[in-house]
Amino acid sequence: MIKENYFNIICIILLLSVPFLGLILDEPYYITLATKVVILAIAGAGLNLVLGYGGFVSFGHAAFFGIGGYVSGILASHALNYYPIIEWPFIIEGTTQMLIILPLAMLISGGFAFLIGMLCLRTSGVYFIMITLAFAQMVYYFAISWPAYGGEDGLSVYLRNNFPGLNTMDGFSFFSICFVLLIFVLFIISRIVNSNFGLALQSAKQNPERVAAVGIEPIKVQLIAFVISGAITGLAGALYTDLNRFVSPSVLSWHTSGEIMVFVILGGTARLFGPLVRCSIIYYLRTISWRHHRKLAVLVRIYLNYCSLVCKRWNYWDDS
Amino acid sequence: MSISLFLEQVLNGLQFGVMLFLMSAGLTLVFGVMGLINLAHGSLYMIGAFAAAAIASWTGSFWLGLVASLMAAAIAGVIVEIVIIRRLYKRDHLDQVLATFALILLFSEAMRWIFGAFPLFLDVPEILSGTLSLPLGIEYSKYRMMIIVVGILIAVGLFSLISKTRLGVRIRAGESDREMIAALGVDISKLYTLVFALGAALAGLAGAMVGAIQSVEVGMGEPVLILAFVVIVIGGIGSIKGALVGAILVGLTDTLGRFLLPSFFKIFLNPSSATDIGSALSSMMIYILMAAVLIWKPSGLFGNNSK
Repeated sequence: MIKENYFNIICIILLLSVPFLGLILDEPYYITLATKVVILAIAGAGLNLVLGYGGFVSFGHAAFFGIGGYVSGILASHALNYYPIIEWPFIIEGTTQMLIILPLAMLISGGFAFLIGMLCLRTSGVYFIMITLAFAQMVYYFAISWPAYGGEDGLSVYLRNNFPGLNTMDGFSFFSICFVLLIFVLFIISRIVNSNFGLALQSAKQNPERVAAVGIEPIKVQLIAFVISGAITGLAGALYTDLNRFVSPSVLSWHTSGEIMVFVILGGTARLFGPLVRCSIIYYLRTISWRHHRKLAVLVRIYLNYCSLVCKRWNYWDDS
Repeated sequence: MSISLFLEQVLNGLQFGVMLFLMSAGLTLVFGVMGLINLAHGSLYMIGAFAAAAIASWTGSFWLGLVASLMAAAIAGVIVEIVIIRRLYKRDHLDQVLATFALILLFSEAMRWIFGAFPLFLDVPEILSGTLSLPLGIEYSKYRMMIIVVGILIAVGLFSLISKTRLGVRIRAGESDREMIAALGVDISKLYTLVFALGAALAGLAGAMVGAIQSVEVGMGEPVLILAFVVIVIGGIGSIKGALVGAILVGLTDTLGRFLLPSFFKIFLNPSSATDIGSALSSMMIYILMAAVLIWKPSGLFGNNSK
């Protein structure tokens, strides 16, 4: 058994080595790929808070991912077209400043998470899975049929948003921003999990009645966790728009929810670095196999699915 | 907007609902009796459609195609149940979701291998092409009418199977206490295989019947699968009655929403934005319905609260 901390450090080193390899070999694609992994790992870390530590399976995190993505896309497209978002009662201009966009994306997706969570947390189990899915699908269909921001065609943003002191169009600089944010998010989550609040959340997963008996309202704790989780996923969504310079309803579809969920479950629920590990494995293997043969790629996907089922049973780094 | 147009849309909604019922009946049985979330149910629907299209184009008979769809989906169901699904009953829901999600990939790829990536087409038979004249001046497609009739017949058949026959008694017993019924000498694993095959055959039939209206292609099962899950959650998991009510409700809500909402908004908005808002809202209607039902009754309309 490897101590989890050592394992985590090895993971970070391995993750960092990919973009450096890209720099050395002059393969910008590796850097983009690593950035994608980092961004999806942020989303996974967000979901892990509710799924792993809170114990309720949200199948609707694509909604927050997509809302974050659209916040970024909409603000940037307004700024690039010099066309204010609303003109009355006061003028709100679009912006391309990442330091404004990212917190705003977190705020808005957190707000949606509050509304959705308030309604969804009344149910549990399979019904919770389905009602979160229902809300995500609502947002998805809304995005598809609302023509103002591209509808089904999606919204292109021609330039990445700015970050003071860095040229974000340079792949490596953008990777660094995402990477620092990932580490920051993981740090925050580790602080949350070990705080009183985090302990209450984890005990609400095991026994809500007892938590209620010691005077903590489980629903309230879970709702706060849901909001934080939604906000973090929204942050990832905003970065994802920046990476692709494009956002479309497909980021809101249930496949995205499923994918983020798969990262969390297979990386090991309630493991700080779980989503990151799993996400890297999936993406690197998939890309490598895709480059060689399409059929091979499908086989790899199926194999990974089953392989991780086994892993989950075997619990490879569970030292508890 | 005339009355006959409205009634025609009601019939369309009913046809959609009946089709969803065929799909969700199997899903809710498997869920209720075995406690299994089967994402691969949509693949069985696809297999049914492909089998029907292949056999119908080979023999030239639509009816043989329908029989083939039932057989193919049931056989695929039995194989999948024995090889993979059987091992999942005792695992938690997340494992089931993962394993059956992999089955979707497997089936889709297999179909692409066998039939290629281009959609197939299934022709409506001679007798059922054309329209039927109903009272109030409604002209309605014979084929869609047949789907409604077949669906209602199957619903009646399923109800009597579950409530009247010995098999139905066993299924209901298996739902409430599987150890007890095994102790009473019923071969529970054979019963499970049978229930799974029944659900698979119904899904296959639904696929074949819809295949003649839409095209038969890889990935056709996934949107329907999500809708079928919506139906069984609205109806309450494990309840056939719930599946029927939920399916009709979803079918009518979707069809009538798309039909009525844009004209409703035209009353107080200008036409172009009314169409935009109406179509945006109508594609969300099903999910709004589901969320509303779950907020009002957290375990569905006919679900029991213990699960």
